[in-house]
Amino acid sequence: MDILEDILQKEAKKSEKYKTTDVEKNVELELDLGNLLALDTNDLNLQELKSHKEKYLLNLARDNTQLLLNKLWDLPSERREDIVVAKLPAGTLRLPREKPCPKPKPLTKWQEYALEKGIKKKKKTNAVWDDIVQKWIPRFGYKKAELERQKDWVLEVPGNADPMEDQFAKKAEKKKEKVSKNEFQRLRNIAKAKKIKVPKEGLPSVANPSSDLLNTAAKVARVSTASLGKFQPKLPKEKTLKENVIAPKRVKRDHSKISSIDEKSSHLKIIDSILGKKPKLDIEKAVNRQVFQEQHE
Amino acid sequence: MKILSDERTKSVFEKLAKFIGGNIKLLIDRPDGKYCFREHKDRVYYMSQAILDLALSCNKEQLICAGTCFGKFTKTNKFRLHITALNYLAPYAQYKIWLKPSAEQQFLYGHHVLKSGMGRITENTPKNQGVVIFSMNDMPLGFGTSAKATADCKHADPIAIVCFNQGDIGEYIRNEDTLI
Repeated sequence: MDILEDILQKEAKKSEKYKTTDVEKNVELELDLGNLLALDTNDLNLQELKSHKEKYLLNLARDNTQLLLNKLWDLPSERREDIVVAKLPAGTLRLPREKPCPKPKPLTKWQEYALEKGIKKKKKTNAVWDDIVQKWIPRFGYKKAELERQKDWVLEVPGNADPMEDQFAKKAEKKKEKVSKNEFQRLRNIAKAKKIKVPKEGLPSVANPSSDLLNTAAKVARVSTASLGKFQPKLPKEKTLKENVIAPKRVKRDHSKISSIDEKSSHLKIIDSILGKKPKLDIEKAVNRQVFQEQHE
Repeated sequence: MKILSDERTKSVFEKLAKFIGGNIKLLIDRPDGKYCFREHKDRVYYMSQAILDLALSCNKEQLICAGTCFGKFTKTNKFRLHITALNYLAPYAQYKIWLKPSAEQQFLYGHHVLKSGMGRITENTPKNQGVVIFSMNDMPLGFGTSAKATADCKHADPIAIVCFNQGDIGEYIRNEDTLI
């Protein structure tokens, strides 16, 4: 009796508008609820596939989705802002790599040395306490630079240094040199990593150099002498430009004051030399005077 | 505003000495203040300390001129005296030529001085000497170079050139653009 009733119920359900939530499969689906993935490894019905392809595939998809959703309803659910939400477990599917594995970078000169000596990187704090200003100042950056500029409003001239030397300029020059040295070493590390051979001195050789490159190379070669290219004989078609010689730094002269002693005296000296050039005996004048006298006689 | 280099100062003074001779010292060594020569964009300016201070406070590219422009250096570094220096040449001039009223107009148009237009000339003016030209009322009209010595002028033809025009006050109208 019960069996009959069950069968009748099933028939009734089948005739309903919506399809049943029970789906029977020969092989169970592999479900990855974390990725909302259902893998169906059942064989396809070739007859139906040939005859009603779209309809068959649609039904298949619908059945598989039904099975997935059945399992989703079984998950523990939460309620967030009037919406019932299922909490998905972690996904089990492992996607293959898109790009090849990265190769380990060759160590830089410093890293090799640190490894050899066993030097470990010390973790440094972001801010440093500065006693003079009584504030926490970042270890580097524009705020620190500003503070340093304020603290160094005056620089002492050391005992053995030339009193006329510009200490601020010297400091700035040192910093520039440090930065450029660092840059040079960084580029050298990169060249070593890429296995590009760079000559120790001079410009690296290029297969097809452009005219600009050749001019630069000629310039560098010219200036690479002890006298910085000053006495280097000129090549037949070389243009002598001001950039070819590293000229000594010109001291900026203060033009604001008419230095009464120096300028005036030098000017007067020049004037004296000019006026002194005229011969004591002005022949022309003598001749004119003679002619004049003769006329008046 | 640059201080003139030694060679340039020399060429400027040589040119000035042609017109005012030893009186250049009076331009440099003035009792009423410190005056100096300065160079800006190849032009030579004569100014007092006060004007110099003002000029130096200006942006170099925006400064047009300061003080009195005496002249400029050409591309081949030769110094050319301009008419704007006349105010300083006239009182110290050693050799002068006075023009007749009839010849003034011709001179101011840029022509040279002919014998017929010349009124007076200082004694013992040598040839090729820098002269300052005045009207009969002792008003400076310009400057130039004497073509003949005083003695030769007396024997010259009326249409002979006596003085070459190197600068006249008519230039203020003719060469307005190039003076500054």
